[in-house]
Amino acid sequence: MNFKKLIIASSIVATGLVSQMALAADTIKVGVLHSLSGTMAISETTLKDTVLMMIEEQNKKGGLLGKKLEAVVVDPASNWPLFAEKTRELLAKEKVDVIFGCWTSVSRKSALPVLEELNGLMFYPVQYEGEESSKNVFYTGAAPNQQAIPAVDYLMNDIGATRWVLAGTDYVYPRTTNKILEAYLIAKGVKKEDIMINYTPFGHSDWQGIVSDIKKFGSAGKKTAVVSTINGDANIPFYKELGNQGISAEDIPVVAFSVGEEELSGFDTKPLVGHLAAWNYFQSVESDANDAFIAKWKAYIGDDKRVTNDPMEATYIGFEMWAKAVEKVGTTDVDAVEQALIGVAVPNLTGGTAVMNSNHHLSKPVLIGEIQEDGQFEVVWSTPDTVIGDAWSDFLPSSKSLISDWTAPVSCGNFDVNTAKCSGQNF
Amino acid sequence: MLRFFSVLFSCLLCWQALAETAPSTPNTDPSLAKLVKQLPKTKLQKMAPLVEKISQTNHPKTRDLLQYLMDGELYYIKSGRAVVRAQAGDNGQYLLTDVLGEKTYEPLAKSKISKVKTNNRLRGTIRSLIAQIELTSPDKVVRLEAVKQLLDNPNDEGFASIETLVSTEQDKDVLNLMRITLQLRQLEIGDHSQKMAAIESLKDSLEPEVKNTFVSQLNALPEKPQDADTKALKARLQKAIQNVQDKRDVYAVVENIFFGLSLGSVLLLAAIGLAITFGVMGVINMAHGEMIMLGAYTTYVVQLVFPHLIEYSLLIAVPAAFLVSGTVGIIIERCVIRFLKGRPLETLLATFGISLILQQLVRTVFSPLNRQVAAPEWMSGSWQINPIFSLTFNRLYIILFSLMVFFALLMILKKSSLGLHVRAVSQNRDMARALSIKSDWVDAITFGLGSGIAGVAGVVLSQLTNVGPNLGQAYIIDSFLVVVFGGVGNLWGTLVAAMSLGSINKFLEPITGSVLANIIVLVGLVLFIQKRPKGLFPQKGRAAD
Repeated sequence: MNFKKLIIASSIVATGLVSQMALAADTIKVGVLHSLSGTMAISETTLKDTVLMMIEEQNKKGGLLGKKLEAVVVDPASNWPLFAEKTRELLAKEKVDVIFGCWTSVSRKSALPVLEELNGLMFYPVQYEGEESSKNVFYTGAAPNQQAIPAVDYLMNDIGATRWVLAGTDYVYPRTTNKILEAYLIAKGVKKEDIMINYTPFGHSDWQGIVSDIKKFGSAGKKTAVVSTINGDANIPFYKELGNQGISAEDIPVVAFSVGEEELSGFDTKPLVGHLAAWNYFQSVESDANDAFIAKWKAYIGDDKRVTNDPMEATYIGFEMWAKAVEKVGTTDVDAVEQALIGVAVPNLTGGTAVMNSNHHLSKPVLIGEIQEDGQFEVVWSTPDTVIGDAWSDFLPSSKSLISDWTAPVSCGNFDVNTAKCSGQNF
Repeated sequence: MLRFFSVLFSCLLCWQALAETAPSTPNTDPSLAKLVKQLPKTKLQKMAPLVEKISQTNHPKTRDLLQYLMDGELYYIKSGRAVVRAQAGDNGQYLLTDVLGEKTYEPLAKSKISKVKTNNRLRGTIRSLIAQIELTSPDKVVRLEAVKQLLDNPNDEGFASIETLVSTEQDKDVLNLMRITLQLRQLEIGDHSQKMAAIESLKDSLEPEVKNTFVSQLNALPEKPQDADTKALKARLQKAIQNVQDKRDVYAVVENIFFGLSLGSVLLLAAIGLAITFGVMGVINMAHGEMIMLGAYTTYVVQLVFPHLIEYSLLIAVPAAFLVSGTVGIIIERCVIRFLKGRPLETLLATFGISLILQQLVRTVFSPLNRQVAAPEWMSGSWQINPIFSLTFNRLYIILFSLMVFFALLMILKKSSLGLHVRAVSQNRDMARALSIKSDWVDAITFGLGSGIAGVAGVVLSQLTNVGPNLGQAYIIDSFLVVVFGGVGNLWGTLVAAMSLGSINKFLEPITGSVLANIIVLVGLVLFIQKRPKGLFPQKGRAAD
């Protein structure tokens, strides 16, 4: 009798164990490909935490398709070739269903061939230079026409700028963006001698000569504005030097594309007040969704001083869209989800709706904010409606005739409307 | 009396109801009150005309109101839309004051009030409107600033006021600027003889506006003038522009020399500590950059500990950073470097390891994010020598400070007994020991001195660049370049090398861009070292071996 009981008991335990194991195998794996060490760790760690927060919340709601979500976090260590290896590890070894990751364009370009080879799915949450559209990547950050072009329009129409300084750090994003902006300005009738282009190395700290040149360039009697694609660390000495040489935001306003709340939290913001930044999201935007998101973030991270920023909103939107698409098709199969994602609409944090378009780019509002003393932005201008992200810029001769459309019958990332051909080259 | 207070109290409570039926005191300009009411409703694009109307009301509060608007202190209460000036008070509450000085308000939370928005362009407009009001200010600095504003953003009413005020103006500088403004006006709208006269009296002015007006006047003239008057005017304008341009070119060169010296003095400060540890002692110290970083973090800590002494923080930080970095230097020397004497490769690797440890330590203690170091008031701004030439104060002080550090160090090495011992040990250790010099002690002190100076450099760099764990990495290469270029073991060489590298860099920058300028300097230096491996000022004699 006792023996029988034992057998029954052990079989119950065994079934329990087996079902437990089955449950463990039956999770949906979400890959997180953000640098947790090296130079990009400052920015990317925040995005890793955002994804983990979203996963935790989804699990609280009961997961997806009745399964729990499981995060697989890897560290590509700000090492660009390592992004390719880690992508392969996530897709081939861990067999993740989706990846959220990358920050710099060069890391994305590194991961891209692996994603296409192994047919993975990645959400890329940072503003970038465009000129790309892969079947396996969804771009939830801003394309140039969702950040740079509206910012220039604002300076031209509302501030009355007629003379332009395009200042940037010397790498692919500023160079491509400035090429697009220069073509755009010339198309708008700005003369070549009214555009000054300047590149500086990463981490440049001695700005006196360049700022003095900008000052001279700006004292020619025409309203001058600086469009800055200066990256990261180099911004602070730049703004400090502007302040010291007596150039105020009223004389020569600077609009920046890489300065957000997170970057400003390490800065002495005094010399920056009144200068501008263009993003699709600011923490200061008043909406219920945003208030809830900020509260959730502060509670999750356990620090009341932490800020939210644009790439975090892009990560949030990407995650929500992916979850919605998976629910819709009832599977995590990449091809099915990829098709289901097109047309998916989720509320964004600024009170509107984000829609995924057939070119794998989002429709987003564009906001211009002025930097305040507390490191936050005050919105001074926004587009009346959302803007559809354009993968291939209309202002560059090489990509003028290209479109991206991943729905049938085109199903191509770079379709030439003139020759009606798809080159197949996505990166 | 009691009743009066209770009335006052109820007023405080029901300000909202009262806002509708505000009794107008005798000195209130009713139109200003009306215009102010429109502020919350007006779109940013339509603000300019409204602000202009406000500026024309002759109310004692008009100027203050515009000032608040420009400073972003003008808010309106969401319920009731009363316009108030809001200043952040304690525990997240905002203190509110009525802009017309009539009513009092209780403090409200930020979510209850909303800002009257402005943008850069509108603030520019407000600034020139305030300038117009301030033309009659008793303070001559305010008047001068007001005329400058009107010179930069001219408007018709401004000219009219200047025209009436110019006859009564007493101050020379203000009068001078007023005359320039009026003459520019003449040049734009006057007849031929007035134009010629205006050019004659403006030809020596360096105000950017003057040259711009010359150029725009010249461009407005026909390509091939027919009548003699226009021909004469054109020739006169061309000559005047050339004259201004020549002067500008001279100042541009002077400015570039200043920039070069300033970059050079930063390099000098960063390298001079290394000139001692590497140059005099012969230790390849890869952790030199981290000594600089520790100095910068010391500045941050000093500002954190004495938040009310920002103005003096640098004066406290210089000795503090010297002590902190110097102590760390001595510890490194005692614990690591002295065991590796005469093994340069191992010293290099060990100090490189130390640099990584120190970086990680700072990351763990202070977070990997950059820390915020405030600039004292006296380090900001610039010394305006003339309208097109100014020197920034922080750079000016840094040049002076680096020269002071240099000469102080030179005196220590050349005149003090410590310096004598240091030189003796570095030239012939055994002989020095035979003469009862404690060579171990001298080594530690010398290394501490070099590291301490690096810490002082860190205080200076905290004012120029970001204070983060990687600060030192950015300067270690430059420091070695300067020391090697100047000649190892020669302080004067370090000075000359730092200043010439800085100047070459700054003179190349406008021509080639800063990326190429760095490359050219580096390639040039490599070629120079090929030709003269011992640098600019090689050590001579037996000490050289």
